Amino acid sequence: MDHDIVSRIEADPNYQALRSRRSGFGWMLTIAMLVVYYGFVLLVAFQKDLLATPIGAGVTTWGMPLGFGVIVFTILITAIYVRRANSEFDDLNDKIRREVLK
Amino acid sequence: MRPWGKIVLAAGAVMAPGAVLADVIQGGTRQPTNWTAIIMFAVFVVATLFITKWAASQTKSAADFYTAGGGITGFQNGLAIAGDYMSAASFLGISAAVMISGFDGLIYSIGFLVGWPILTFLLAEKLRNLGKFTFADVAAFRFAQTPVRLFAASGTLVVVAFYLIAQMVGAGSLIELLFGLDYWIAVVIVGALMMVYVLFGGMTATTWVQIIKACLLLGGASFMSFMVLWRYGFSPEAMFADAVRIKSELAAGGAEITPEDTAAGQSIMGPGSFIRDPISAISFGMALMFGTAGLPHILMRFFTVPSAREARKSVMWATTWIGYFYLLTFIIGFGAITLVLTNPGFLDSEGGLIGGNNMAAVHLAQAVGGNIFLGFISAVAFATILAVVAGLTLSGASAVGHDLYSTVIKKGEADSGAVLRVSRVTTLALGVLAVVLGIAFQNMNIAFMVSMAFAVAASANFPVLFMSVLWKDCTTWGAVSGGFVGLISSVALTVLSPSVWVDTLGNPAGSAPFPYTSPALFSMTAAFLTIWIVSRLDNGQRARIDRAGFPAQQVRSETGIGAAEASSH
Repeated sequence: MDHDIVSRIEADPNYQALRSRRSGFGWMLTIAMLVVYYGFVLLVAFQKDLLATPIGAGVTTWGMPLGFGVIVFTILITAIYVRRANSEFDDLNDKIRREVLK
Repeated sequence: MRPWGKIVLAAGAVMAPGAVLADVIQGGTRQPTNWTAIIMFAVFVVATLFITKWAASQTKSAADFYTAGGGITGFQNGLAIAGDYMSAASFLGISAAVMISGFDGLIYSIGFLVGWPILTFLLAEKLRNLGKFTFADVAAFRFAQTPVRLFAASGTLVVVAFYLIAQMVGAGSLIELLFGLDYWIAVVIVGALMMVYVLFGGMTATTWVQIIKACLLLGGASFMSFMVLWRYGFSPEAMFADAVRIKSELAAGGAEITPEDTAAGQSIMGPGSFIRDPISAISFGMALMFGTAGLPHILMRFFTVPSAREARKSVMWATTWIGYFYLLTFIIGFGAITLVLTNPGFLDSEGGLIGGNNMAAVHLAQAVGGNIFLGFISAVAFATILAVVAGLTLSGASAVGHDLYSTVIKKGEADSGAVLRVSRVTTLALGVLAVVLGIAFQNMNIAFMVSMAFAVAASANFPVLFMSVLWKDCTTWGAVSGGFVGLISSVALTVLSPSVWVDTLGNPAGSAPFPYTSPALFSMTAAFLTIWIVSRLDNGQRARIDRAGFPAQQVRSETGIGAAEASSH
């Protein structure tokens, strides 16, 4: 790819928007995932009793919905990213391509 | 006379240091020859050989061999990635861990899942836009080719070697158990079939074998979970209550149930000994989380799809299937408590599981679906190992063929036919090596090998990939020195940790110089710091070229402009 195309794309406001929005969104979700996972790990390390406490009269403990919650959260947060990327980010990308390759 | 004692002891061995349990299956007693399983497996082999024959007709160039010509869809690739991840050992090992200690098995499987979103958010699309055949294409995009490729090939081959040996030893032990075949015959069958898939069918055959196996495994595990839940009217509380009751009774060992026994039963519903010190917990979590984003055979799959959009869809599907799979293994583990531990037909004279704890899911298959379903699950377990070793071998072959031969030795001037030949010779060499090492390591404690592969992937491959793609000031020498620091420190610290120093090398307990479960916290930090410091200090001519190359790399990684040409030839 020659230097000229690179500087033209870099100057394109759509490219700047794509870059900052995608990286901002990506890092925000990354931090959310890290907080949820390491929060869970630290609960396991320091609050074992809390996780082992039954929710009601039965045997099911708070740990169960929390553990499954982390699995569901992992899938959902990925879906949230993919949804926005498939629409907004791909649209921006198409605009950049049309602009540069015309 | 509490039969439970033995199982608890075994649980200690499984969940202890390393907790690296699951991914390696060793030991256990041999079963009588299981003809149903052998026939079902033969059907699988014949079907996959037909696919390989078709794939061979599609495999003409190096691009076909390494990446199936980039013609896999996001959904197919997602299944294949999930297949690479759902090894036989994680199926049998995690369900066994859940059967033994309940909630702790869930903690372990969560660790394997959480790396996927991060890979999606920060790297997946950029990988597709920058790379062609291997992750080194991405890491070396704007750098001096030779040093970065040498590093990437080392990182790939080390990870592949450890993972492959673990799978081969697991294959031998597992097939000896399930099919009643000799250990060495099992290892040779796995090696030979894997070579046929990779040699003739390349990535196309490897991907389809992986997809078929993923469907069979997900289908079989879904059926088992359904049957377990059905017994409890689809009420998890009823299933948990029954499991707690059974664990309490086992703790009492036939005597009156004391309050301690009730507490022991209830303990499967909360965290146990899996995480002892927070440093090990965080370090091991980092190895699993970031190792996922540094495993060469997983990264390679991002180059088999045609666009960044499909790459993104692949991880979405992979995450969904893997998450669902861990959900199933949890239910299967509880099903094993209520249906296997209570059935004298599955227990030996001392109250342990016939064939060892890793047989939990296999016995459950018989309990819910009879002999035919037992044969089916056994055949699927064999197919799983086969598919995973094929992917690993292909990834090793592409590191040698594409990174070392084509780029380092021939400086990018090699023709596609020669590259293909080198890759095929490498496949043969890796296949033979895997069989020989699989037999050599039969009786060694190799539980550390999979965690070692993850630690190296997280400490060497991931930092280099991450910094080269996302940090504009990263230079060739920063990446190479940091990568090797991560590689060497993660291997060295693993050797000095209890799982190798004590369990494998036989030094006295407590004498390990490095006390933690996983080196990742330290070796990853060392790698990132080295990349940062060396790049900062690097002001040579090459460093200026490296930094000047960032804008062009960034434009291509973000937009994919310029990438289409790379994947089309």
